[in-house]
Amino acid sequence: MTAAAGRPLPAPLTIAPRPLGIRLRHGVSDALALTWRDLLVWSRVPMFLVFSVVQPVMFVLLFRYVFGGAIKVSGGYVDYLMPGIIAQSAAFASFGTAISLAREMQRGVIDRFRSMPMARSAVLVGRLIADTLRMILTVLVVMLVGYAVGFRFRNGWAPALGMVVLAVVFGLAVCTVSAAVGLALRDEESVGSFGLIWLFPLTFVSAAFVPIASMPGWLQAFAVNQPVTIVIEEMRSLALGGPLALHAWQSAAWLGGMVAVFVPLAVRAYRRPG
Amino acid sequence: MTISPPAWDGPAIVVDGVHKRFGDVHALRGIDLVVERGTVLGLLGPNGAGKTTVVKVLTTLLPPDAGRALVEGRDVVRSPEAVREVVGLAGQSAAIQDELTGRENLEILGRLYHLGRRQARRRAQELLERFDLGDAADRPAKTYSGGMQRRLDLAASLVAEPPVLFLDEPTTGLDPRSRIGMWAVIRELVAGGTTLLLTTQYLDEADELADEIVVVDHGLVIAAGTAEALKTRVGGDVLELTVKDAGRLAEAASALAGIGDGAPGVDEDTGRIHVPVGGRGSQAVVGAVRALDAAGIETDGLGVRRPSLDDVFLALTGHAAEAEPDGGRGRRRRHRREGPERGAAAARSGDGETP
Ligand SMILES: Nc1ncnc2c1ncn2[C@@H]1O[C@H](COP(=O)(O)OP(=O)(O)OP(=O)(O)O)[C@@H](O)[C@H]1O
Ligand SMILES: [Mg+2]
Repeated sequence: MTAAAGRPLPAPLTIAPRPLGIRLRHGVSDALALTWRDLLVWSRVPMFLVFSVVQPVMFVLLFRYVFGGAIKVSGGYVDYLMPGIIAQSAAFASFGTAISLAREMQRGVIDRFRSMPMARSAVLVGRLIADTLRMILTVLVVMLVGYAVGFRFRNGWAPALGMVVLAVVFGLAVCTVSAAVGLALRDEESVGSFGLIWLFPLTFVSAAFVPIASMPGWLQAFAVNQPVTIVIEEMRSLALGGPLALHAWQSAAWLGGMVAVFVPLAVRAYRRPG
Repeated sequence: MTISPPAWDGPAIVVDGVHKRFGDVHALRGIDLVVERGTVLGLLGPNGAGKTTVVKVLTTLLPPDAGRALVEGRDVVRSPEAVREVVGLAGQSAAIQDELTGRENLEILGRLYHLGRRQARRRAQELLERFDLGDAADRPAKTYSGGMQRRLDLAASLVAEPPVLFLDEPTTGLDPRSRIGMWAVIRELVAGGTTLLLTTQYLDEADELADEIVVVDHGLVIAAGTAEALKTRVGGDVLELTVKDAGRLAEAASALAGIGDGAPGVDEDTGRIHVPVGGRGSQAVVGAVRALDAAGIETDGLGVRRPSLDDVFLALTGHAAEAEPDGGRGRRRRHRREGPERGAAAARSGDGETP
């Protein structure tokens, strides 16, 4: 290579990548640094947290008092409703994931990170940790409001805890899908207006709010078999008592599948030059 | 992070035959450039020329389709991780978290560079003071002025003390005063030995800051050299004047026909006429004043100046630097000319000035 320099150049340096141990340690500390950044940002803009809790609480009140009267289920509507609403709140927390990642892509924040000797996974992992914390907060508040409007766990505390964990894992799996969407679209407005539209049929055409038997037959086929219903049925069994085994396996398969497909897609979108 | 002294004794940046395509757009069509360690290269070109693409290739954000690029001897394709150890980037838009304070922005970057908490804090404080952000250090960055945000962004690119720095249009969108402030900051930085590649659409900026200028257009290097050398390529001085009565522009141009080395150029929009006059500036001024006086045409300022890089651009590309050659591209920055042309004003020679 002499053309550009007008004089012969030494061969490029060959530089060994850092040892695996250091890379792993950096991977963890980079992700935590970014989680910390997100928590700091939320502490500066507390309204964001407030709104991310207010919306699901509104859903609880609407369904409990406005629509609930018209929906007939055995065992009382509020007990039927709460696992569904908790799952939906967890899933909707992923709006924040997609929108912030898209915004950071758009504003060049991620370009700077990509030009730094930082773990490639850190932006995604840091974001997912922060969003999981936010989701846990939302789920707890929604459960408290649920208790205030008459909901009770009927199956003991261990399965109740299991239900909360399942809701959070479900929300996290949905977050990985949203993260991939946000990183791929790279445009805050597009993400906000149509990027997450798929979440609505998935959460509403499910057993979250109404018994599937009340839907037209062609819709039932979808509603019964889609992952949100499967997870919610499992959550109901945990919260209220009922058979656990079948939905447990199906839930694990769906959630594992979502993570296995969408984490690599999100990482690909992150690395894709723009 | 302290960078071990480079075992590489070639230039800090070498770009050799780099191509980059985005679908149909051939953004880089064989770019070559070399930046010696400790010098400043100004990459100059209009919107869409490929400046940002060059910066992205060199900072490992984009892999080149063909050709080679080395930063401190590290190949951007084969050892991108190693390149990231030695570069700092301040991109075209300020990449800061504006809900957080300036200090928090820098400290978090310090942690991402694995400086350790204490060292990250110390480095943030140093940079805040150096970039005159000490008083605003603990205010959210969204309360900063445009100039302060740019300075914070520049500080952010320096957290790891990179030996090679990339600044993509560091002053676009700043008012003239902030712009000059930014120049001072950049000059100081370079005095410390940092190698800098700077992109700009401002000809006077490249003239001001760069040791060497590379002019790109449509993904190709169309000229390279010092500002002086580029100006020489246009050939000599320029007599310039503004006609008061725009209706008499053509008349004025024909009155000036015999004065210089070529046909007078007329700019209908500004009412300005410029005539290449080689090295015979004073004679030309006398001739021009006589000719215009005889024709009874009034002028607003008449003078001889060294060619500006605008003239260079016109001579090299056949279009002015302001032209946007690639039509309907979505996201595009306006090219703003701010205030009086500082470079041209300084260069306007006193001897030829007539009221
Ligand atoms: N991600 C991309 N996808 C498609 N085309 C792109 C992409 N990035 C750049 N281009 C195109 O490549 C060309 C060079 O773009 P580049 O951003 O490098 O120009 P520039 O010189 O930095 O311009 P500006 O002064 O407007 O910043 C343009 O025609 C642009 O439209
Ligand atoms: Mg650009």
